[in-house]
Amino acid sequence: MNLQNIGCNYLEASARKRLEGILDPGSFRELCPPTEKRISPHLHYFDIPVAFDDGVVTGEGTLDGKTVAVIAQEGRFMGGAIGEVHSAKIVGLLRRCLAKKPDAVLFLFDSGGVRLQEANAGELGVAEIIRAILDVRAAGIRVFGLVGGSCGAYGGAGIITGCCDALAVSEEGRIGVSGPEVIETNMGVEVFDSRDRALVWRTFGGKNRYLQGQVRELVEDSMESFRQAAIRLLSLKPDYSLDQLEAEQKQLEERAEKFAGCRDAVDVWRKLGYPSPENIPSLTVAELKSEGGAK
Amino acid sequence: MEHLEYRMEAPDGKTVAVKPFSLVGVVASANLEVMLEIVPSEKACVFLIDTAAKGFEASWQAVVRDFMDRWKPAGLKVSINDNAASPSVVSLRLDQAYEALTGE
Repeated sequence: MNLQNIGCNYLEASARKRLEGILDPGSFRELCPPTEKRISPHLHYFDIPVAFDDGVVTGEGTLDGKTVAVIAQEGRFMGGAIGEVHSAKIVGLLRRCLAKKPDAVLFLFDSGGVRLQEANAGELGVAEIIRAILDVRAAGIRVFGLVGGSCGAYGGAGIITGCCDALAVSEEGRIGVSGPEVIETNMGVEVFDSRDRALVWRTFGGKNRYLQGQVRELVEDSMESFRQAAIRLLSLKPDYSLDQLEAEQKQLEERAEKFAGCRDAVDVWRKLGYPSPENIPSLTVAELKSEGGAK
Repeated sequence: MEHLEYRMEAPDGKTVAVKPFSLVGVVASANLEVMLEIVPSEKACVFLIDTAAKGFEASWQAVVRDFMDRWKPAGLKVSINDNAASPSVVSLRLDQAYEALTGE
């Protein structure tokens, strides 16, 4: 039996396994490792167990020979939620990039958003992460996000994905701000039925985000697909010229206008010109791309 | 939460590590993380356990003693964050962490 092939999908891998699978073999070096035991100072008030890395692994390594700073959230610890220490580790790593100048930052998202037990500290943490990402990008270092974990990227984490240069996402990795259950609670089940898994996936899933043009790389759920997509992302050059920004703004305005009134992702795909949009959820990544893909 | 500490020594215990520490498992429901660190100057092994399941001290002691008997380690600092994992899961994680540390 070849043990090497067990657990090579991305969705079920831990944050540490993902870094092992994405980066060049043996190149990862952890910063603020778990031996430092920088644990949450809040969770004990709630009688909740802590994690030695507070649910996020930070460090540096190489990808296809290029130096990268890496952040990997652990979705299985408290839903990858962003607490005070969790965010401080991310912000610290990003600020370090201003001095170290890596070729890029890779952010492996797997988070439901702010850790509710740490409320304000978590919210401030998200704001600091956004600021730090923008500073890093302004210094000419690109920040790329990978989304393919079981928690996707919701709430504050969803907003942070929007601050990255580009994203690689699997269909299983969802991106959103308010999650399905939040929408159902606030708007009613007739607006969004959070138990309808097919609805959840075709709304938030990587495929829809790709077809809407929010995601650069739609990938299959495997470590190698994510690694190859991350390598392709590294070749993207940042362009913050006024022309580019205005074109992006125009594209967003057109999107808001074009899809206004759509009740379902299928309506969006129909407007995008797909002859049989109801079949899109069952297509593989390769089939979808051969049908014309996004944009 | 309950905090437990044990200090145990295996007769003729010995640990040859291939790295300074190992960490396995995630603090998810019914799961735990186990971190092993080498303390070269020490003969005994120290276990620092934080568990969400209160009142299982006898089980913890038995699992830790089994681990000591199985591997006869020396000079380990074992740190555990537990979210109510069963004794068998704890045992497997300890083995997994030890194998990762020693390359066995």
